[in-house]
Amino acid sequence: MGGMDHITFLVAVVIVTALAFDFTNGFHDTANAMATSIATGALKPRTAVLVSGVLNIVGAFLSTEVAKTISGGIVDDTLVSPGMIFAGLVGAILWNLLTWLVGLPSSSSHALFGGLIGAVWVGAGSHGVHFDKVVEKVLIPAVASPLVAGVAALLATYLAYKITARARKKSVTKGFRLGQIASASLVSLAHGTNDAQKTMGVITLTLISAGALGHDAGPPVWVVASAGLAIGLGTYLGGWRIIRTMGKGLTEIQSPQGFAAETASTAVILTSAHLGFALSTTQVASGSILGAGLGRRLAEVRWGVAGRMVAAWLITLPAAAFVGGVSASVVKHGGNFGTVVVALIGAAVAAGIVLLSRRNPVHANNVNDHHEVPVRTPAPASVGTAA
Amino acid sequence: MSIDWTALGQVTAVSIGVTVAVVVVFALGVLGLARFEGAREEGGGTSALGVTQAGLCFLACAAVVAYGIYLIVPQFH
Repeated sequence: MGGMDHITFLVAVVIVTALAFDFTNGFHDTANAMATSIATGALKPRTAVLVSGVLNIVGAFLSTEVAKTISGGIVDDTLVSPGMIFAGLVGAILWNLLTWLVGLPSSSSHALFGGLIGAVWVGAGSHGVHFDKVVEKVLIPAVASPLVAGVAALLATYLAYKITARARKKSVTKGFRLGQIASASLVSLAHGTNDAQKTMGVITLTLISAGALGHDAGPPVWVVASAGLAIGLGTYLGGWRIIRTMGKGLTEIQSPQGFAAETASTAVILTSAHLGFALSTTQVASGSILGAGLGRRLAEVRWGVAGRMVAAWLITLPAAAFVGGVSASVVKHGGNFGTVVVALIGAAVAAGIVLLSRRNPVHANNVNDHHEVPVRTPAPASVGTAA
Repeated sequence: MSIDWTALGQVTAVSIGVTVAVVVVFALGVLGLARFEGAREEGGGTSALGVTQAGLCFLACAAVVAYGIYLIVPQFH
């Protein structure tokens, strides 16, 4: 058991970067739980992100079972160095920010896996990447989970409208809105227990590999607290651009559809976790929303948006892997100096993306006004803060 | 590589089954609520059947939510 003197410059950089990733994970995924509740008016935008943020923090503290591997066996953990973890995180963060800019829901887990795969491939060679595990843990759940969620939401939506067809519209809308508050909260809580744990795992394993923690150590309290706060704060700030796409862009959501979609997401996430399947909350939630769109007669599903989203899913892993690989190469050959260079370039690109988003900000006050998330066309003078 | 088709099938069946069951029961609850509110607004007193139906259905859904929380929180098992 070592002490704080084991925390080198590189380890400190990895911890900060991991928390930054955790933050982007939070705001990228607010939409998974809350987009449909915000779109149907079940919760006010600010209330929704507050509830979701708090539940993510609660979830982070509840799930203290240590993530035993960084990647679930996708890369050979014994070959992974802190430098590779750093490079992989940079790839994941930049991909998360870029997809947020264009308002596309893509999987934060796939971005993290992709970044690590690229970094390990360059840093340790292709034998460090277990491609069969990539198929088993990433590809198959990525195809199956949105389909299952979509079918479940479609059937449930169809039946919900059929059952309540003759009832008073006002009561129906109100009833399902109330239900949505519960179903969206469950998605948020499940998200906190799953996703915050990934960052805790990354930080804990980095500390173990640096000798600052014993081999079978769990995450120290400060790791749990900082990871929980990072994901909670990210969730609270809300990736409004992605919330707009999921709540308004894919299809026009009414409260029975929102309830059916969130129930389907919760059911798929909980049954999969129970049976040991790793899956992307984002893909499940997107599949549910599309299914709910198809289940209501005359609901318009915008297949162009859905197509772009699926394209983003396909390139998430390779794109993050590419950035992770390039970063790993710089870190490998440049040492601490290379790490600083990668960190500075990464921060500059991130700042550039945030500045670009300001040209057409999406925030709590305008999230429901539109169904598109444009980047190029500058919006007419708008007030409020971008998020 | 081993694809666990049984587990995949289980996830599919349970997810779809639970989703449809919860939403159908909740929709029946909403239907009861709508009857109750409709009867009240028309001034014809309250619909006891509507209230009972809504109560029972929402109670069943609350039980499923409680089970969901039980599954999410590792300290419970």
